[in-house]
Amino acid sequence: MKKYRLKYATLFSSLGAICILLLGCERGFSDEVELATFPSNGDIYTDAPIGLTDQFFISFDPASGANIEGFDTDNNVSYEGSSSIRIDVPTPSDPNGSYIGGIFKDRGEGRDLTNYDALTFWVKGSTTATVGSFGFGTDFEGDKHAVTLNNVELSTNWKKVIIPIPDPTKLVREKGMFLFAAGTQSTNGAGYSFWLDEIRFERLGTIGQPRPAILGGQNQSAQSNVGTSLPLIGFNYTSNLPNGQDITVNATPGYFSFETSNPFVASVSEDGIVTVDGPGEIDPETGLLNNSAVITAYCADTLASGSLIISATDIEVISIFSDVFANVPVDNYNGFYIDGFQTTLGGAIDENGNNIIDYTLLNFVAIEFYGREGSGVQPIDATDMTHLHIDIRANEVVDASDFFNISLFNNFTTPSENSGEFQISGSELESNAWVEFNIPLSSFNGLSARDALGMMLFVTDNTIANISLDNIYFYSED
Amino acid sequence: MKKRILKEKTFIKYILFSLLIVILVTNCNQDDTQEVAEFKNLSMHDEFDVDGAPNSDIWTYNIGTGDNGWGNGELQYYTDRSENIVVEDNMLKITARQESFEGSGYTSARILTKGLFEQQYGRFEARMKLPYGKGMWPAFWLLGSNIDEVSWPFCGEIDVMENGGSKPTIVSGSVHGPGYNAGNAITKTYEFNNSRVDSEFHIYGIEWGPNYINYYVDDVLYNQITPADVTGDWVFNNGQFFIIINLAVGGAFDGNPNADTVFPQTMYVDYVRVYSAD
Repeated sequence: MKKYRLKYATLFSSLGAICILLLGCERGFSDEVELATFPSNGDIYTDAPIGLTDQFFISFDPASGANIEGFDTDNNVSYEGSSSIRIDVPTPSDPNGSYIGGIFKDRGEGRDLTNYDALTFWVKGSTTATVGSFGFGTDFEGDKHAVTLNNVELSTNWKKVIIPIPDPTKLVREKGMFLFAAGTQSTNGAGYSFWLDEIRFERLGTIGQPRPAILGGQNQSAQSNVGTSLPLIGFNYTSNLPNGQDITVNATPGYFSFETSNPFVASVSEDGIVTVDGPGEIDPETGLLNNSAVITAYCADTLASGSLIISATDIEVISIFSDVFANVPVDNYNGFYIDGFQTTLGGAIDENGNNIIDYTLLNFVAIEFYGREGSGVQPIDATDMTHLHIDIRANEVVDASDFFNISLFNNFTTPSENSGEFQISGSELESNAWVEFNIPLSSFNGLSARDALGMMLFVTDNTIANISLDNIYFYSED
Repeated sequence: MKKRILKEKTFIKYILFSLLIVILVTNCNQDDTQEVAEFKNLSMHDEFDVDGAPNSDIWTYNIGTGDNGWGNGELQYYTDRSENIVVEDNMLKITARQESFEGSGYTSARILTKGLFEQQYGRFEARMKLPYGKGMWPAFWLLGSNIDEVSWPFCGEIDVMENGGSKPTIVSGSVHGPGYNAGNAITKTYEFNNSRVDSEFHIYGIEWGPNYINYYVDDVLYNQITPADVTGDWVFNNGQFFIIINLAVGGAFDGNPNADTVFPQTMYVDYVRVYSAD
């Protein structure tokens, strides 16, 4: 025992000397040296906000329903140290706002986070609710490098959340330190609280298997006229956590770099906007026009899954709903009528990076574009168009006797209203597979004019109750 | 000021911890009277620098499914096809694939030095990068050369490195023998704190001498197994052992692959080096 005591005594005295020396060094360094880069401190909140001003929390816009009352620190609860951040999630009927969320912003010059590979924090809930989003990189100044992890299930014990940084080299001067957004969707409207502690950027070294994706990882194709643009969507980043579980976060295009296989056809901006620059060139070997470009992306050095084959075309199109063409403004994609007869639910959704329209319990529904309730939306003049294109997927078994009727209304809701109908029978549709239709506008029996189309009505009378639609546009074959 | 105090505390803890380790290690060296052999003579090495099939002077194959998935309920069929095992880019690559083959749902490969290179005692090490995902079971291990005479587990088995693909930061080293095998093997895990088995190459090795086997990962010695640790006869002083490298799919160690397991998966071996005492 005596031997050990002696050892400890020696140890502590030498320890003191070392500490004093090193701390002395640190003070001298910070006083005199001007840093060449931005501060690289990864700590955001331990027992107090670190390197942030008192006003570090910026709520989402209260006009959007964000409640700014439920944010505070709690000196009675902490994972480590003496305090945590407490969030009280309001009920949907709370007059101060029906959800809570916002960002922690570095209001200084921003931070250099290039040496970290993840945002980590500890979180505990008063109940096992699911929080809509956690993330970082949202700074309300363009959100160029925003990352969000959605649907995080809370535990009533502390649990560590790890949000990987897709490409840390991009974060040379980041101000968006933290983001959360929570409502009561998972608790049937019951309010709850959760606590956050030890929020920091860390270099874990234990995150692996990077798998970035664009377009939700799908290979898609599109046609577009020269001079038009369309945005890439569905950017995400999957990696493997130290516990062996995969995690997928949504990321902004700012983490990706883009390539085009054919710059004579298309280019991509750093924001992921694809622009068709030209009609392509004749391949000297084959004598054929090469009017396509393949758009791919990298995140760090890893090729993202998903690609877009864009073909330059020269067709006249008026698009109502598609990812391929610029869409005209419409009043809605789910014109519902509360008349006691209509059952349809649904509307536009993002299905794995592909925007589609999804209807359930369909008996009838409309897409309206006539300027409903003074919206200012202009009716469509389709006089020069020859066809309607629509992709249809029946998300159930279809019988030959089922039907999908499409009606077009000219001068909708005016005394000179006129309409025509086209029927697609169940035998032309496939169960759970997309089928393309190019319908001559002359086939809409009864439609005598199309200079002011204002509504497209879909009727199945429940013969097909679950259906998805995509790529709805008028075009001219001439 | 608060922040500074916290920092100092952490710092003191750190220094205290480091010094403790130094003291412990020093004590060890001073007090330990065991004679540790030094294995400096390179007795076998394969740097995998000739493209094609593995060097047939060193390696042979296990083909097929063995008995009940090599005794472990493994799901793969082992082949010698280049789709499953090839030397290229100065590495040995063993690739597990999901495909229907001879009645199995997966294929992979397993090579061994049985009858070609066998040695008693020494330092056995391999530098490897491992696959990932539930159901992946890469291993670098040794079996007693007398297995055909005395059978397993009496021949002894030294697992230099095993990893379950669902645990990308954890490897383990084990011995199996009579009275301590399968679920009762003598084993210890090693966890990487800031790296993974599938993102970087690491060196996995043992130093095996009379009455001891030391396990190390990179430059960290993490376990020593001696006759005092095993619950049966020490069968590691009895003769030569041969090397096996394989990538199993499914089975007892990490369970079977699930929907998230990505195929194909490859185990990369940069080199295998064996040293003996002078």
